[in-house]
Amino acid sequence: MNERVPVLKTYKLFIGGEFPRSESGRSYTLKDNRGRALANICQGSRKDFRNAVVAAREAQSGWAGRSGYNRGQILYRLGELVEGRRDQFVAELKQQGSSIVEARKEVDRTIDRIIYFAGWADKYQQLFSTVNPAASPHFVFSVPEPTGVVALIAPEQSGLLGLVSLLCPIILGGNTVVALVSESKPLSAITFSEVLAAGDVPHGVVNILTGFRSELLEHIAGHMDVNAIVYAGGKPEESKLIQQQASLNVKRVIFPKTDSWPSESAESPYFIMDTQEVKTTWHPIGL
Amino acid sequence: MVSIVRQYPNSHPSPPVDQVGVEERVARLSQRSIKKESKVVALKLALSMIDLTTLEGSDSPGKVRQLCYKAKHLDDALPDLPHVAAVCVYPTLVRIAKEELKDSGIKVASVATAFPSGQSSRETKMEEVRYAMQEGADEIDMVISRGAFLRGDWAHVYDEIAEAKSLCADQARLKAILETGELGTLDRIRQASDLALAAGADFIKTSTGKVQPAATLTATLVMLQAIRDFHQRTGEKRGMKPAGGIRNAKTAIHYLILLNETLGRDWMTPELFRIGASTLANDILMQLAKETTGVYQSLDYFSQA
Amino acid sequence: MSTTTASLPLDWTYAPAPEKADPNISERYDLFINGEFVPSSDAQYRRIIIPSRETFLCEVAEAGKPDIDRAVRAARSAYSKIWSKMPPRERGKYIFRIARLLQERAREMAVAESLNGGKPIRESRDTDIPLSVAHFFYYAGWADKLIYAFPGARARALGVCGQVIPWNFPLLMAAWKIAPALATGNTVVLKPAETTPVTALKLAEIIRDADLPPGVVNIVPGGRSTGQLLVEHPDVDKIAFTGSTAVGKWIMKALAGTRKKYTLELGGKAANIIFEDAAIDQAVEGIINAIFFNQGHVCCAGSRLLVQEGIADTVISKLKKRMETLILGDPLDKNTDVGAINSKEQLDKIERYLQVGQEEGAEMWQPTCPVPEKGFWCRPTLFTNVSQSHRITQEEIFGPVLSIQTFRTAEEAIEKANNTPYGLSGGVWTDKGAKIFKVTRQVKAGVMWANTFNKFDPSSPFGGYKESGMGREGGWHGLMPYVELESL
Repeated sequence: MNERVPVLKTYKLFIGGEFPRSESGRSYTLKDNRGRALANICQGSRKDFRNAVVAAREAQSGWAGRSGYNRGQILYRLGELVEGRRDQFVAELKQQGSSIVEARKEVDRTIDRIIYFAGWADKYQQLFSTVNPAASPHFVFSVPEPTGVVALIAPEQSGLLGLVSLLCPIILGGNTVVALVSESKPLSAITFSEVLAAGDVPHGVVNILTGFRSELLEHIAGHMDVNAIVYAGGKPEESKLIQQQASLNVKRVIFPKTDSWPSESAESPYFIMDTQEVKTTWHPIGL
Repeated sequence: MVSIVRQYPNSHPSPPVDQVGVEERVARLSQRSIKKESKVVALKLALSMIDLTTLEGSDSPGKVRQLCYKAKHLDDALPDLPHVAAVCVYPTLVRIAKEELKDSGIKVASVATAFPSGQSSRETKMEEVRYAMQEGADEIDMVISRGAFLRGDWAHVYDEIAEAKSLCADQARLKAILETGELGTLDRIRQASDLALAAGADFIKTSTGKVQPAATLTATLVMLQAIRDFHQRTGEKRGMKPAGGIRNAKTAIHYLILLNETLGRDWMTPELFRIGASTLANDILMQLAKETTGVYQSLDYFSQA
Repeated sequence: MSTTTASLPLDWTYAPAPEKADPNISERYDLFINGEFVPSSDAQYRRIIIPSRETFLCEVAEAGKPDIDRAVRAARSAYSKIWSKMPPRERGKYIFRIARLLQERAREMAVAESLNGGKPIRESRDTDIPLSVAHFFYYAGWADKLIYAFPGARARALGVCGQVIPWNFPLLMAAWKIAPALATGNTVVLKPAETTPVTALKLAEIIRDADLPPGVVNIVPGGRSTGQLLVEHPDVDKIAFTGSTAVGKWIMKALAGTRKKYTLELGGKAANIIFEDAAIDQAVEGIINAIFFNQGHVCCAGSRLLVQEGIADTVISKLKKRMETLILGDPLDKNTDVGAINSKEQLDKIERYLQVGQEEGAEMWQPTCPVPEKGFWCRPTLFTNVSQSHRITQEEIFGPVLSIQTFRTAEEAIEKANNTPYGLSGGVWTDKGAKIFKVTRQVKAGVMWANTFNKFDPSSPFGGYKESGMGREGGWHGLMPYVELESL
């Protein structure tokens, strides 16, 4: 039998625009539903998380300084790139247990979702800003501003669509992200990092970690230089831990509500506002 | 110490400067497309405006001699090249530079007044000016006291410039370095420019080259506007020198476009505009070579000083 | 050792720097109806010329009554059978395609725009085309988000929109009209201006290449009579018009008694107010941009300068010196600042006003820039010794002509600014924030620029007060004219 030996992919972390292994050197083996080894996945450590936050913080002011139009264009291009790699994403979802029909649907939804959110990048400001009719001779206006560095605990079951549905509204609003992705379905996230690296997303805007939530959650939720944490893990005991740790630096804690990731309830500009502050400015009107 | 009598006139307060407006004007000017003959004459003019500079703690007679040779022989293979305007060195190396550049038409400029920080006593700084003059400097590039300026002690800054100018007398021309990278805003740059011009500086210069950012097109435009208004008020033509960070011919041409369209023809001469640079010359030479040969060049073919 | 070659100081003139990209303009263009190019019913073609050279550019079909009927029918059919039934998300993706294709072909569109219209390549390349692209991108994103745009209401499309655009920003005006109409679910029949149909027809090619369902967008070039036919067509639900106030008034009368909705973007005579505490050099640059951008063929041009008396001499002197550096000439030269006037007709109008201004006793000044032999040209011009009652102060000239008056107090400036039937735009230059908010609030104009001028963005609503028209284009407000709001 002269079968060609395939070159197997190494799945690494994505930090600061680069693909390092975990500084701890650890990994875990991902198995398919027949128990066969699929891939070695980096077991990220709290130091990896720390490094990712440094990268995210460094990238944040530059990212927030770009125009909404520019961020929208970047997201739009991400959609184009995922469209171009449709087959690869479908194959990976199949490896992780989806049927081919489910896999295709998830990838199509993911692309459309990115395009959906791209269209909000230069519009949400208009919906969520106000000019306030104060009863004094002042021009008073309120505008949303990104909260800063956001930690994202991505959904466990929806390895691609769920992750992307939460990532997009966070970054289009000018925040940068460190995401801890699904433990059982991490492959799509790492491939998505390759799309991020190939697109025009500046280094450090999105950082993707694989690893065990049980080990990392406390450190993530307690990190003093993270401004908000979005948790889509679905476990009440984890939610409580997060809320407790978040109190250390008054982190904003968000539990995004949606009926299901494929549904349109996951498409809403209110997800953007979850990670925005509101800045009100006053200025006199007079000669 | 004789105190300079003139008060800084406050009857012409500096106008405010709008940063976005300046940046837009610079962007528009940077879109000019300079081709063919108009590019060649600009490249040669830029060469003739260079103050070839070495200002390192490690400078030695040998280094300066090599620089002076390069100043006189930019590229003997290319025809019809002008020489650079000046060589710029620390005071201790002025004598050597003067020797090397005798009869060449190239001036020797010396930094002084505790370059680059300016953080020293007034007496010490003026003594350094005297020393550079004794060594034979044709031009003095002094630094203004930024600390004094930023805390509002403008009389102090004014007096230092005026005194340095009087020490230069008829022998040398004075350039006042504002260190625009430390001043913070374009408003400040305009105020410092107006102050230095009023105090008698022959040139206002952007930077020491030791601080980032060094010269920028926006700082330069504001300074050129100050010179224009000064000329309008007094009839006197003063010069301008951007220094530091001008590494390639394209950038140098952008500066010339700014100059051409802000101050006009009368200022398009090394008498009134200089470029403080060390590696720029070779890039200009490469561009000139490309214009004559039609092919892109390599640094391998151009001597490094 | 080497010596200097050129004599000093250097008298530096810039060598010609022509843009060389091929605009891909066909010899002949037909009407774009129902997804294909078809000749007009009378098989006639209008000769389109290059205004900077007075030479032939191409010939373009002109739509007559049968063609307008066909186009409206195609738009109606596309609306009821396809476009209104398509999920909004998919409509958005079509508009994204148009934006993307326009972005890819940006350079050739810019060259075509400059050749056909006369404006400098620098402007078409850096302003017209990028803004057009951005406009399509912006509105594409709204297509599936309308439920958030109108709290408490459902937005329904109007149906078939008839759109008539002018010659000063041919492609940009097409983008401003088509993008919001499609995003809100309407279909379109668009008539470009008589002298500048080229980029609209190239846009039609892009629309065809984007596979937009046939009939969703129809482009029907022609003159005044074509426009009339479109406005008066009984099966059009909405008319959007940008052009002169006189025609706008005609449209209002023509639509009286019908159920058709309309928005109008008409003329202007904007006041540009410079206070003593302005950043003077940047204000002078702003005056230049306000009136000489696009040769002054801009409805929102700052054609009246109101300068505070204390700085008037300084400002006028700086203005004249700056005008001397403006380069007038071949629109395809990358260094050209001032291009050609779009048509002989327009040039005649402008020249009549230059005459009128002098007869009225105002003092005219122009820089000495050389003017090419062939083509339609007008040097940038300013008038001083001008009063509020001069015709050149009251009437829209639509050319590179600035009239200058002085004022003493802010109240006086505001009064002069408002003393006009127009109300499209205005400018305020001052370093004082409070003054900006006070003055912008009191001038009755739809767009107020503070310490800047002629700035546009697809997110920002544009439109006039009073006889400058009604309705807004751009931004959230730009959605309103294309929808009917029903309660939920």
